Amino acid sequence: MSATTWAWLVLLLPLLGSISIALGFRAIPARVAGIAGTAAVGLAFACAVAALIALLGEEPEGRHHASSLWTYASAGGLDIDLGIYVDPLSVLMILVVTGVSTLIHLYSFGYMRSDEGYHRFFSYLNFFVFSMLLLVLAGNFVLLIVGWAFVGFASYALISFWYRRTTATGAGMKAFVINVVGDIGLVLAAFLIVRELGSFDYETVFARAPEVFAQGEWTITAICLLLLVGAFAKSAQIPFHTWLPDAMEGPTPVSSLIHAATMVTAGVYLIARTNALFYLAPTAADIAAFAGLATLLVAGTIAIAMTDLKRAIAYSTMSQIGYMIMGVSIGAYSAGLFHLMTHAFFKALLFMTAGSLIAAMANRQDIDRMSGFWKAMRFTSIMFVIGGLALAAFPLTSGFFSKDSILAFAEARGGMYFWMAIGGYVGALLTALYTFRLIFRVLPGRPCEEAQHLIDTGELYHGPPINPATEEKEDSEVGFPGAEHHTAEQSKPMAVAMAVLACGALFAGLVQVPGVTNVLFGFLEPAFDDSPLAAIHPSVAHEWRGLAIGGVISLAGIGLAWLLWVARPELPGLFRARLRPVYQLCLNKWYFDEAIGLLVVRPALAIGRFADSTFERLVVDGIVNGARDTVSGAGGLVRVLQSGFVRSYALLLVAGVAGLTLYFLLSAS
Amino acid sequence: MSIEWYIVLSSLLFAIGATGILLRRSPIVILLCLELMLNAGNLALIAFSRMVGNEEGQIFALVVMVVAACEVVIGLGLIVALFRRRLPLDVDELRELRG
Repeated sequence: MSATTWAWLVLLLPLLGSISIALGFRAIPARVAGIAGTAAVGLAFACAVAALIALLGEEPEGRHHASSLWTYASAGGLDIDLGIYVDPLSVLMILVVTGVSTLIHLYSFGYMRSDEGYHRFFSYLNFFVFSMLLLVLAGNFVLLIVGWAFVGFASYALISFWYRRTTATGAGMKAFVINVVGDIGLVLAAFLIVRELGSFDYETVFARAPEVFAQGEWTITAICLLLLVGAFAKSAQIPFHTWLPDAMEGPTPVSSLIHAATMVTAGVYLIARTNALFYLAPTAADIAAFAGLATLLVAGTIAIAMTDLKRAIAYSTMSQIGYMIMGVSIGAYSAGLFHLMTHAFFKALLFMTAGSLIAAMANRQDIDRMSGFWKAMRFTSIMFVIGGLALAAFPLTSGFFSKDSILAFAEARGGMYFWMAIGGYVGALLTALYTFRLIFRVLPGRPCEEAQHLIDTGELYHGPPINPATEEKEDSEVGFPGAEHHTAEQSKPMAVAMAVLACGALFAGLVQVPGVTNVLFGFLEPAFDDSPLAAIHPSVAHEWRGLAIGGVISLAGIGLAWLLWVARPELPGLFRARLRPVYQLCLNKWYFDEAIGLLVVRPALAIGRFADSTFERLVVDGIVNGARDTVSGAGGLVRVLQSGFVRSYALLLVAGVAGLTLYFLLSAS
Repeated sequence: MSIEWYIVLSSLLFAIGATGILLRRSPIVILLCLELMLNAGNLALIAFSRMVGNEEGQIFALVVMVVAACEVVIGLGLIVALFRRRLPLDVDELRELRG
């Protein structure tokens, strides 16, 4: 079978899984639903591997195929096919998406076991995987937008999965609204593209764009900026990032799958996919690169101050996506996607360990309460350290190679991009610092109450069910988290999923060791060889120098974290007191929520109030009430004649006839 | 005899009937006055028919009589129904049907 046939199967399987679980939820037992959902995604992964093998069997130049099932819409000389586009880029994406999704389904199978609404969870999760695959496989902008909106919905549904928690539903709405802003940007970009280039198909658009636009023309810049609005909203880049930390209200597997490994990287994929357009709009590409740089630094500083375990990891996700966005915007497409892949492994792993820890903490997420888990949960702790090492770019782990390949490219491109590389190294220091802050505060030390309970009895600590954010009382019925979540130590499937990801986090970097292996970049080359920027290659010596710098920075960051939170634990308090304004700034997330509230939400509300009090009351109500009053007034006049006196009707009749007769008589004479 | 006398008589009968309908309140008298007006019309039809010299006017007069008979049946039926329910036989007091 050809690569496209396999790709269609990849798309079909999660959809079938989602629909069958959703329709059969009364008939099939919960465990069967979990197995079916996991199997559907697992089979999709197998098909993705088959697509990869089919693609590798072809000549590198011929490794791109468009395939269409039928015409989706046809109007005004514009045909939109239900078509997919299979090339190394989309195959890499489906491999990452289905691979990580399979493991996270496996993890959820154990983790969510005592949750009510288990069917619903797996149905949503499969629907998400289908939407994400549609997004990355789409062969034109229309299907891309469909997939884009579907993942937005899936994200909303899963953030609000515990729908009786008000904080969760609020976070879901926030995510949805900000994502819809991004969708609007994307839709407007598609409108402009079809107006200027006359097609939605990737191949036509990318082939025609250089003929129609000169480099730096304002139309193409506008298109790219609108695409960036979509990409930033989905990938949580400044200033559209505020939804991501709140999205941590969702179940932890969801944070792991959607808000770390796959959906939030859609913006990176979009920029890489439309690299032909971004090459023509260097201004937009530079704006994207700067936004990525700003995000990676700002999110890094916030992550150091966060005390909520999942939110801290969420800021780390934003920061890492900042690297990817910066990478693909300056032309390091393969390097950005390399980081996307390795990040999917280690960040999914980190969220899984966070889920395991939170389960042991009876759903509490505050790291101030956690300590001593190294003694209580050895396997989870080892996984946490492995994920942390990869995130902190510890030498020879996967993050080490992928992060530095982006920075090496930035350095090689020179000029202003050299300073981006410097910023990236500063971000790397922050990364190592905040990652190991989490590790050093949670794992070593005297076991906290919950950890001690686990050591003494071998069972999870159970507090009364509460919402960790607001301390509100809850129960464990449907719409709330279940009676307990499970730890990796209790549940085999969770441990297996984490172990596989740990291998990925440790060794995935070896596919792309400068001067030694070139598996990933060689595979991706045909997808980007049209771009003039792909010709820039940092030399091997350059790359190893960058790797050495990165390794030293990583070790320095880890050492600094050790100094601050293990050796001299009084120091952070001292810094907090000394640098109060900086600490407050980071703790309050740089006041982005407040700024957006002041600049966007409140003006919007004011306009709404004005429209309600003035326009609605005076103009709209005036027209409506005026029409009503006219009709009822005229009706009142006519009603007087309808007296019910038969004789007055007869008089009218007679008078009428007499009048008419008189008129004809007079006019006749 | 010229046609004018017939027309004058017919008009007179019609006017008497119309006046009766306008002035009287008893439904029975109103029905009587209606008959008077219809018959005024009949008289005019027959007079014109005699003057023109064909039978069409007379046929119309017969149709009018049939209509008058039907109308009287319904009218008297209503009056009997009113009487049975001991409702006042006064058209001014029977105005509940007004819209």
